[in-house]
Amino acid sequence: MKVAVVQTKPHKGDVEANLATLGAVFAQLAAAEKPYDAIVAPEAALTGYFLEGAVYERAFEAETLAARLAGLWQAATGSERKPVDVALGFYENEGGTYYNSALYLHVESDRHEILHVHRKMFLPTYGVFDEGRFLSRGRRLQTFETRFGRMAMLICEDAWHAIMPTIAAIKGARVLIVPSASPGRGFEDGGELESVVHWRSVLRSYAVEHGLFVIYAGLAGFEGGKGMTGSSAVIDPFGETLVVAPVLGAHVISVELDFSDIDVARARLPLLGDLGAVLPDLLFDMELMPHMNRPSVSP
Amino acid sequence: MTELLPVIEAPRHRPPELRIDAALATDWLVAFLQDELIERRGVRNAVLGLSGGVDSAVVAFLAARALGPEHVHAIRMPYRTSSPDSLADAQAVIDALGCASHTIEISAAVDGYLQFEPDADARRRGNVMARTRMLVLFDQSSKLSALPVGTGNKTERLMGYFTWHADDSPPVNPIGDLFKTQVWQLARYLSVPVQIVDKAPSADLEANQTDEGDLGITYLEADRILTLMLSGRSDEAIAARGFAPADVALVRRRVEGTHWKRHLPTTAMLSNTAINEFYLRPVDY
Repeated sequence: MKVAVVQTKPHKGDVEANLATLGAVFAQLAAAEKPYDAIVAPEAALTGYFLEGAVYERAFEAETLAARLAGLWQAATGSERKPVDVALGFYENEGGTYYNSALYLHVESDRHEILHVHRKMFLPTYGVFDEGRFLSRGRRLQTFETRFGRMAMLICEDAWHAIMPTIAAIKGARVLIVPSASPGRGFEDGGELESVVHWRSVLRSYAVEHGLFVIYAGLAGFEGGKGMTGSSAVIDPFGETLVVAPVLGAHVISVELDFSDIDVARARLPLLGDLGAVLPDLLFDMELMPHMNRPSVSP
Repeated sequence: MTELLPVIEAPRHRPPELRIDAALATDWLVAFLQDELIERRGVRNAVLGLSGGVDSAVVAFLAARALGPEHVHAIRMPYRTSSPDSLADAQAVIDALGCASHTIEISAAVDGYLQFEPDADARRRGNVMARTRMLVLFDQSSKLSALPVGTGNKTERLMGYFTWHADDSPPVNPIGDLFKTQVWQLARYLSVPVQIVDKAPSADLEANQTDEGDLGITYLEADRILTLMLSGRSDEAIAARGFAPADVALVRRRVEGTHWKRHLPTTAMLSNTAINEFYLRPVDY
């Protein structure tokens, strides 16, 4: 699977200008000699992250956005009509309920299909963050089938809770897509921002523990003094960072994923299989469901 | 006889080091200025008040990197009692950068008003000077098609050691989240003339005035206490880390007494569309 991560640096709230910019990137990618199979973009990729009350003016219905994105790709490919998958973060308006969402879209020459919409479950509402004031939280963590295998999407803080990638992996995800918007902080030492180092550390640990690819798409640009730390990256199931974008500015990173890496990594370090065997006991010990009987011991 | 095992002890609480990676911070702040001025506002020029102190010197150096020195307008605004050294130190910055510079005396403007207020004490006179400088800065920004850039640091913002709606007025400020001791680190990295970095900071509103004399505490001590305070430590916990309780109390009093200076004016709310209460839009929307 050949993937491009588009690290967008949107003009705040100017959806049409930002779509036009993305269309130009699509045209650039469509012209590649070897076709791209998937394009991944950050959280709030077309609006900017901090919208406050303007989120209600700049939210999309998922299908409306999907049609726009499909149209952009079809215009970019012209008569060549190459298929592509697009994963992108956006503010969603679902009949008057608003979410911080990510959609995964498959685009053919003359049609498109939304394969999944993930609604952010952990809405950061502390310090500089205020999502819970404006948005509703998603209720489900689902994996979904694509032509490249099963995947899951986690949006920003979703991925700071280790249980989320764990559940995604248990539910069969082989690729974890993480659209994010992370305001940079921590300039103490070491040539890197503390927040960037933390992100890389948690994402790498998930890749290694569960033997999966992690595709991280970070938003870029300053928003009212808060600088988003791009740093888009793709990490393989051995924990190696295959490609990474700079912290500042708009960029595209490009990589080809070899899915046999997943099988090799999981055979070498079978933690996910071990977890599958032990998880029923752990869940029982959490005493979430008092009526539950202890599961029978796995062979 | 059993041999005793070596015990490795964790270090005790150390005072916050306030260290910054100056190269990393510089790249970040240069990108911030470029985004805010050029990309967002389409403004190519910056105007700033160059006092001869380290804060405005650092901002001038950052702006010169971000915009090119020819797009930075450094304005010196001496009053008749200002120290000649301040003017000379500001000139050293202008010479080092090769930026555009202007010297605009504020004595006549300040005295034009104060002649009717002969009893004004030093505090009132200082505030009139600071507000006159801001008037000049904003007018020059209009004349020069430039954006005023602020030079207030985090320590003075937290201690309320500034004139409200004067020093804090410019629409962008690259150093407002850096403590004074961090501004000094950045100054050394940026090669700000050494006499500016090494001299005792002063608002230069009165003869022989120093910041640390006014505040009653050194910047290093204040910055360490502020760091612990802002991270949620109680006064007792800070004192337990070796700080004098009187210093902790002084810093606490200054912070707690000046929250209003870090906000817009208090507006009576009567509707459910009150601006910045219900009607919430980000500054860059």
